[in-house]
Amino acid sequence: MNKKNKEKEDFSDFGFDIIKLLSEFQEIELENVEIKVKELEFLLQPFISRIPLPKIEAPQKVKPKEILEEEFHPPIMKYPGEIVEVKIGATKSEGGSRGKTVTIGGEKAPAFYLFESPPPNPPVISIDVFDMKIPLAKAVKMHVEDVLEDPAAWAKKAVEKWGAEVINLHLVSIDPLLKDTKPSEAAKTVEDVLQAVDVPLAVGGCGDPEKDLKVFEKVAEVAEGENILFNSVTLNMDIKKVAEAIKKHNHCVIAFTAMNMDDARELNRKLYEFLPKNKIVIDTTTAALGYGLDYAFTVMERTRLAALMGDAELQHPISSGTTNAWAAREAWMTMDPKWGPKELRGPIWETVSALTLLLAGVDYFMMMHPAAVKTVKEVIKKLTVKEEAEKIYNWIASLKR
Amino acid sequence: MPKKTLSPTEVYKYLPKTNCKECGEENCMAFAAKLVNREVTLDKCPPILTEKYKNEYKALWEMLKPPVKGVTIGSGSNIVKIGGKLVMYRHELTYHNPTAIAIDVSDDMPEEEIVKRVKEAESFSYTYIGQNLKLDLIAVRSVLNDPNIFKATVKKVSSITNLPLILCSLDPNVMEAGLIEVSSKKPLIYAATKENWKEMAELSLMYKCPLTVFSPNDLKTLKSLTKTLLAYGVEDLVLDPGTFWNGLADTLNNFTMLRRAACKEEDELLGFPLIGVPAIVWMEPSEFPEVTAWKEACLASMLITRYADALIMHSLDGWVLLPLTILRQNLYTDPRKPVAVETGIKVFGNPTEESPVLLTTNFALTYYTVASDIEASKIDCYLLVVDTEGLSVESAVAGRKLTAEKVAESIKGSGIENKVKHKTIIIPGRASRLSGEIEELTGWKVLVGPMDSSGISKFLQEKWVKA
Repeated sequence: MNKKNKEKEDFSDFGFDIIKLLSEFQEIELENVEIKVKELEFLLQPFISRIPLPKIEAPQKVKPKEILEEEFHPPIMKYPGEIVEVKIGATKSEGGSRGKTVTIGGEKAPAFYLFESPPPNPPVISIDVFDMKIPLAKAVKMHVEDVLEDPAAWAKKAVEKWGAEVINLHLVSIDPLLKDTKPSEAAKTVEDVLQAVDVPLAVGGCGDPEKDLKVFEKVAEVAEGENILFNSVTLNMDIKKVAEAIKKHNHCVIAFTAMNMDDARELNRKLYEFLPKNKIVIDTTTAALGYGLDYAFTVMERTRLAALMGDAELQHPISSGTTNAWAAREAWMTMDPKWGPKELRGPIWETVSALTLLLAGVDYFMMMHPAAVKTVKEVIKKLTVKEEAEKIYNWIASLKR
Repeated sequence: MPKKTLSPTEVYKYLPKTNCKECGEENCMAFAAKLVNREVTLDKCPPILTEKYKNEYKALWEMLKPPVKGVTIGSGSNIVKIGGKLVMYRHELTYHNPTAIAIDVSDDMPEEEIVKRVKEAESFSYTYIGQNLKLDLIAVRSVLNDPNIFKATVKKVSSITNLPLILCSLDPNVMEAGLIEVSSKKPLIYAATKENWKEMAELSLMYKCPLTVFSPNDLKTLKSLTKTLLAYGVEDLVLDPGTFWNGLADTLNNFTMLRRAACKEEDELLGFPLIGVPAIVWMEPSEFPEVTAWKEACLASMLITRYADALIMHSLDGWVLLPLTILRQNLYTDPRKPVAVETGIKVFGNPTEESPVLLTTNFALTYYTVASDIEASKIDCYLLVVDTEGLSVESAVAGRKLTAEKVAESIKGSGIENKVKHKTIIIPGRASRLSGEIEELTGWKVLVGPMDSSGISKFLQEKWVKA
């Protein structure tokens, strides 16, 4: 009974928050969103009204008179492999300064095959924070406008307001073609963010393999022991140097490859020379819904299945840069009003991209829009905490509009 | 034996082995290879259809039949086929018959609302990678539980649309009243339950319409019902194990177990298409319709990923249906084939004869990324799309699919020379090594563009100087 009420509360909270997130900044376009007048409920009792119906003779057959009982056995399979657990962040007693750590991975079955083995660690949502003002879709920007140039404040807002479990700090300003920020300055930003929040941190570079290496080395040293998740090491980097820095100062890393399982294996093999398996997360690339999500989905699904079937080089938690969903023009463009306001289209784009990859096996999401974050967290909760199925037997006559 | 591991040799054994080429292949072995890859169907081999090969045909049909049965809803040219799945995971082969999406109407809606919803569903259309994304079905619900009213509603709906129908009522009398109106259109009957199965089975046999089996969150009963209905003589079944928002874990779990039982254990009692009903979120809607529609979109997207062959939806909002129809398109593309777009000249904005000419490949992802970058920066230009057999720039250059010869061919064949006065072409940064050869072969001047198409706008500002 209490549980029921609790569920009801969660249910309405969820909806309320979403609408708040979508509308509290008054830029939402409401022209084609109408609150419908509460419809009349039809409570008419069904009355008997039988018309004589022409009966056609059915084919002759010995027809069963009662239900033929049959057993259903869940189709369980055995998997020789399992995914390694990776811990991100470190508390004081572990040599860092985080209030909590998160652990991802550990799966013994494909994503949410609950009849076989529920995931031991629910997937984690991190929120993206950038170290400089960057172009953002309007639907995202309206939520972070006040913190765009203050990564520490941005991180704080992401944790306190939207429940980021990890902060995913992108040091884009280090790009030699942008601000070319010095490693020591970039490391200072990392320290600021570490001060501002007590959740674990992931630190991303700019994609320039040489500059990223220099910055990662400095950050690894300055944030010694924090078990930062470095995002990311790629095949075109000096893997020895970056891996040694990560190992020496006690951090972990994302191994990033471009939708190619052979590359993913090769990069992992190179990293194994320096790092234990439980320090490596893999990212096989996320493409937006409509712009290659099918490739991203299938590479991840295949990677996870191969790992479970015993491919030791792929037995790592999977990370997804789900924010890439915003690259789809349907997510940010103003379109004909029949496609709805972009303030709804954008976050549902990110949400659908995330939910699709959740079912492929992603353990670590990097996300942006508060409503997308909220929804994916809610879905993960629904998939990991036992919840009694609602009564839908009479749905045909019970939809309200 | 799981279907995907079928080998051409096994199939070949049963073919006529005459190499008659009537199927269009060089020999029977080549035809066998295509059969195994599901690139052709058995009826393309005329000899196998003759009396002489009756037993071989039967054996082949058994070998090649999908573990999830294909079920057709509708008749004539207005049909939608659901199920017919050969594999559980798309990378194992490819998914066939994209999830059919139905929009509901009910017999308690005012007529104008019914007409409006049907017309909206029918006119839904979005052009994506050259394909027209559409909705597939109308589901008519009996709310008032009155045969006459349902009959009238079904008649109305049937008179204004050619979309195939799903008739929804658990009352066999109501169902029959509706079926009488449209039985020739072969609607899907929704649904047989453990209470009404006998009457619904009779209706399904009498009117020759496919039948849904509905057993929310009870797979034992679902399986018992399919066994019973098959014994009863009903062959075309669709399974609904129930869709729940509160109970989402059970929803995904049930769909996943059913599909695995069908594909991996070849459980013939469960080898039928699955139908989901994301519309159930409207049983307890939030005070904000967007919130309910949002949940419906989430539920539907997860069911498209997790094996639903058909869905009944209530929301008609574009922002709900657009991501779903695109997701469906994405997951149902053949993962064995790179997606390619049409080649030739694409026009952006309002180019003049002095506007820049850019070049890219016909790999859909490459093309759409470039196109969206050009559109985003509102550039007036021509984009020459070269046939690289669906490879990206980098792979095409490496694999000799993008060569100076190909570019020359493309310039000549596309007629770009008549559209612009200048002779300068901007090639992708990743194809820079071709620049010399292209200049030599075509007489056009080559500008090497940015490595990533996001840099096009900046590049043009800095480098595009009219001759």
